Amino acid sequence: MARAATTADAFNAVAEPRRRQILDLLAGGERPVNDLVRLLGLAQPQVSKHLRVLREVGAVDVREEGRQRLYSLNGPALKPIHDWVKAYERLWTERFDALDLVLDELGRKEEDDEHHE
Amino acid sequence: MSTTSSHSATVTLPSDEEILITREFDAPKHLVYRAYTEPELVRQWWHARRGTMTVVEIDLRVGGEWRYAMVADGGQEVAFHGTYREIVPDERLVTTEIFEGVPAPEPGQEVIDTATFAEVDGRTRLTLLVACPSREVRDMIVASGMEDGLQDALDLLDELTVTLR
Repeated sequence: MARAATTADAFNAVAEPRRRQILDLLAGGERPVNDLVRLLGLAQPQVSKHLRVLREVGAVDVREEGRQRLYSLNGPALKPIHDWVKAYERLWTERFDALDLVLDELGRKEEDDEHHE
Repeated sequence: MSTTSSHSATVTLPSDEEILITREFDAPKHLVYRAYTEPELVRQWWHARRGTMTVVEIDLRVGGEWRYAMVADGGQEVAFHGTYREIVPDERLVTTEIFEGVPAPEPGQEVIDTATFAEVDGRTRLTLLVACPSREVRDMIVASGMEDGLQDALDLLDELTVTLR
């Protein structure tokens, strides 16, 4: 039985480093499984397992073409997660931008102190 | 000052319960460590330009407490506190982190922050690992970065569950 796709599932699907790699590769366009296996350097069953998780949460789509299964990124489904993490990233970027100013001043003070010794 | 590297903080979710924040600074690690541990310096950056710091207390010893509070520009008060668990000057800080806006966690259920300071060629790479007791807590913390507060985060959560259904 297919599991219901919850938000937490989507987070997990995207959080796993290998799955992030798959999403990165698919960001360049549709690809067959064999391509992904070669580019990731993983065994086919592992890649298939990751793809299954990504499909369950709607992060990727698949279509058959001849004997190939072609995977593509479902961008709209991923955008909210992307935005969510980006907003948190922005908080830390702003916090650390402010920290840069503090460090500039500390660095200058340290230089002054050395000159006066 | 020109540098090719990006100055954005990078956030990744390495596991169900973790958040990893990394950033490089154009300063040696003893200065980054000072800016991280001296109250009058923390007061100048922790607000992320989103409000005014009202409390910065740091008792920098293992078992010592810290507490930061600010009033955000929207009037909302935000406060965190915790206990230092491990202190290696200029290298590593491990503390608990408790958000005061929600019921206090049971002992052993606190968020644990590990800050690591690594220097290469006079620059410092700061790595902040936020380890949560559960996936739900992790997702709430990520949601705390939403500029317009929790309600937006919850709206987004709704939107997301609809999109993924």
